[in-house]
Amino acid sequence: MTRISVRVDGTSYDDDVEPRTLLVHYLREQLGKVGTVVGCDTSNCGACTVHLDGEAVKSCTVLAVQADGAEVTTIEGIAGDDGLHPMQKAFHEMHGLQCGYCTPGMIMASIDLVKENPEPSEAEVREGIEGNLCRCTGYQNIVRAVRSAAAEMRGSGGNGHVAPAEVDTAAAPHVVGQA
Amino acid sequence: MTAVEDRAATDAPTPEIGKARRRKEDARLITGETTWTDNMVLPGMLHLAVVRSPAAHARITNLDVSAVREAPGVIAVFTGRDLAEEQGSIPCAWPVTPDMVNPGHPSIAVDQVNHVGEAVAVIVARSKVAAQDAVELADVDYEPLPVVLDMEEAVRDGADLVHDHLESNTSYHFVFDAGEMGTGGDTEQAFADADVVVSRRLIQQRLIPAFMEPRSVVVQPQGDNYTMWSATQIPHILRVMASMVTGIPEHKLRVVAPDVGGGFGGKLQVNPEEILCLLIARRLGKPVKWTETRSESLMTAHHGRDQIQYVDIAADRDGSIKGLRVRLLADMGAYLRLITPGVPALGAFMYPGIYKIPAYHFECDGVFTNKVPTDAYRGAGRPEATFAIERIMDELAVELDMDPLELRRKNWINADEFPFTTVAGLAYDSGDYETATQQALELLGYDELRAEQRRRRESNDPVQLGIGISTFTEMCGLAPSRVLGSLSFGAGGWEHASIRMLPTGKVEVVTGSTPHGQGHETAWSQLVADSLGVPFEDVEVLHGDTAISSRGLDTYGSRSLVVGGSAVVKAADKVIAKARKIAAHLLEASEDDLEFSGGKFSVRGTPGTGLGIQEIALAIFAAHDYPEGIEPSIDADATFDPENFSFPHGTHLCAMEVDTETGFVKIRKYACVDDVGTIVNPLIVEGQVHGGLAQGIAQALYEEAIYDADGNLTTGTFVDYLVPSANDLPHFDTGNTVHSAPGNPIGAKGVGEAGCIASTPAVVNAALDAVRHLGVTDIRMPLTPERVWRALHGGGDGGDRVAEGSNAYGGARTTESGYEEAEQ
Ligand code: FES
Ligand code: FES
Repeated sequence: MTRISVRVDGTSYDDDVEPRTLLVHYLREQLGKVGTVVGCDTSNCGACTVHLDGEAVKSCTVLAVQADGAEVTTIEGIAGDDGLHPMQKAFHEMHGLQCGYCTPGMIMASIDLVKENPEPSEAEVREGIEGNLCRCTGYQNIVRAVRSAAAEMRGSGGNGHVAPAEVDTAAAPHVVGQA
Repeated sequence: MTAVEDRAATDAPTPEIGKARRRKEDARLITGETTWTDNMVLPGMLHLAVVRSPAAHARITNLDVSAVREAPGVIAVFTGRDLAEEQGSIPCAWPVTPDMVNPGHPSIAVDQVNHVGEAVAVIVARSKVAAQDAVELADVDYEPLPVVLDMEEAVRDGADLVHDHLESNTSYHFVFDAGEMGTGGDTEQAFADADVVVSRRLIQQRLIPAFMEPRSVVVQPQGDNYTMWSATQIPHILRVMASMVTGIPEHKLRVVAPDVGGGFGGKLQVNPEEILCLLIARRLGKPVKWTETRSESLMTAHHGRDQIQYVDIAADRDGSIKGLRVRLLADMGAYLRLITPGVPALGAFMYPGIYKIPAYHFECDGVFTNKVPTDAYRGAGRPEATFAIERIMDELAVELDMDPLELRRKNWINADEFPFTTVAGLAYDSGDYETATQQALELLGYDELRAEQRRRRESNDPVQLGIGISTFTEMCGLAPSRVLGSLSFGAGGWEHASIRMLPTGKVEVVTGSTPHGQGHETAWSQLVADSLGVPFEDVEVLHGDTAISSRGLDTYGSRSLVVGGSAVVKAADKVIAKARKIAAHLLEASEDDLEFSGGKFSVRGTPGTGLGIQEIALAIFAAHDYPEGIEPSIDADATFDPENFSFPHGTHLCAMEVDTETGFVKIRKYACVDDVGTIVNPLIVEGQVHGGLAQGIAQALYEEAIYDADGNLTTGTFVDYLVPSANDLPHFDTGNTVHSAPGNPIGAKGVGEAGCIASTPAVVNAALDAVRHLGVTDIRMPLTPERVWRALHGGGDGGDRVAEGSNAYGGARTTESGYEEAEQ
């Protein structure tokens, strides 16, 4: 057992962990932070993505002891006092989730992506979330959500590169005929 | 206009139906406040890990678990022998022929294993880690038996047997002959009379549903009562089946499907591990949990597709189709699971597609091999059928030197011919293939792309362009119980709903249709808001717990809205009928003088006044004043059993670039127009289409479950089994036409499978269209760069040589430019 001190979603924890314990298991099993989930055993799916000192990591590839002294943010810690994080809101608005299993990881990865690239193109979003698998959505609405959140995070009005029409596509699909 | 549209149009100020409501269920899913089964922690809970066979076919000659017992944290170990008496057999609910052979399917092997990954022992420990550590300590000796993997070999005389107590590897032989059934003419004669016959052998590779949430089961015993939480699509069916298998009386077993992270048919199953959890919890009297790893999931949760299709089509020179003949070999794997044998039989009815075909003969062998069983996977039988007919239509067009679209037009059912009874005996309800096709062509920009294709061809561009067409229909809304009975399916096709009016006027809707990402809570709230005239926010939808929703047939086959939603609407009608009596009493009016509008009963001619249905709920709770002979309740239950399937249809078009030098393919543009009947929530409909497209395209381009010659699954992780990422998929341009289904009060047709069914042939047809002039007549799925390259440069379909490799895709990814070399 090794003693670690971490701050998770703003709360400090001192805990004994087995050296081999993965961060994701520490979060889920020891802290009850079950918003972060496990989808694979090969670090391919990204379902377990959290922020470690502000950077997106797959928490199944990080040992809990490596988080000693670090600041971890999970999906449970990103909403502010004034409500949901813009990325959470955008996933909801753009229907960027179905079963929702990939969603926490997808949101965490996307926040980091937008931090690196505040105005990503569709192709840049697609490439940026390549490490996160979603089986339900076909990604299109996730891409919309990330770009819409990016616009929001730049400050509304900003450069406004997510045109309202584009954003609204989800709300008014193209209905081309009527019986 | 359907009943609901009617009400919506006249009553509610802004009808909910048709509104792109953001989903109610998102709130918990985007904040991590979800209840996945694996989140469950119960006091004293023990953890299971499964010792699995590394051999595909072997006798267990020695199984020593004494070292496991001694391992730290281990509480107990169970082998197949320990549980032999009580474990029963994993049920198969679809004996498609009376003489179908079912070898039985133990949850845990007793003497012999028949596929890699089969359970041979179960370890119970205080922690998951301890259980998993101890797996290594099991000492098992296997005496190898010949491994049967190839279906064509398996059905030859004298083939090695998967089950040596059986006479052959054939489970059943299912035949549908339209001539004999009286739904069509003599197929042999039709072929003899036709000008041309085109034949193909098509391969539906084995796929893995690969839901993102691994399967997880928790069982809590309390005396002789059991609660099972499971990441399942089918809590109601599971309860019945688990009760029959384990002997736990049904009323002592509660099954809960909490939040479920995707299914795609892969969780439409009674899993061996669910039964093992029940048996072990009963033995130990303690709560137990099992959550699979991803590799366990890929190896042991059922697979889909895996068919060899021999397809012949006969036509006259002018393009009129004379007959269709299909012979299938369908891989059952080693055992029959819940609906394993039914999947190809369900497909049997869809091979004629949207065409007027005068004669049709279908036959299918269900074949045992030493692989994990196949079963339902998104579309179940219909994607396979659609692929075959849409591929062979293109081949016929080539043979006749006709435009593939013109050939389709010449043969498809015209809008004024609905309802239309097909040669397979199905009565297609409504539609307009021409309009959907026109719209899709516009969305794609067909003419410009055809012009570009010509230019590239003429200039011998190394990157060629092709356009693939797939026009399709499917049978949804499973289904009329009587029809399912005639197909020997072991259950009905009805669905159940209750509406409970709470005293404060809030509404609880209980549905038997258990979602796993389809947004029932939102769509059902919309239905009830319009029906009862109550605010969307005042409706709560409850599901997925047999203690709350006592009856149901769950979610699969795009049946939820069509059947389950219709049950909700029916229940709402009953609530209104009951409330009308109370309202008449309280308003001292005659029932006939009351009109119900916007959630209010008022005496005709005095709109705006009267009594709201939510007020009636409180009045009837107090029950101080209600008419004689009436029960003090306006709650209602309803069951809906449709008269017919529903038949969504659509046209999907794919424009694809093929790099003839590297074999890389890239979808340039994808457009589709689907008719799914009435659209309750356009947001959800669009999302379902996107997800389906991703899965269908993945079959065409990326995914294949591959076994090596020894029967090891070489695509046993997400490194090798390529679920596409955002970067592997294109943007989709989608649209809808709307022809309401006449068979249900909503007018919905079902949308969950459309994208998956239609896209695979569109993509493959596009690739072939790009390179056909270079002598390529077929390419086996998935269209990996190597297969495409070999088809271009080596002749053939590029198939077999690649299939021998361990990784069909060689680790390569399509880059933005599309043509990156394989990494290995
Ligand atoms: S669980 Fe961490 S990447 Fe899949
Ligand atoms: S929403 Fe289901 S996996 Fe992404």
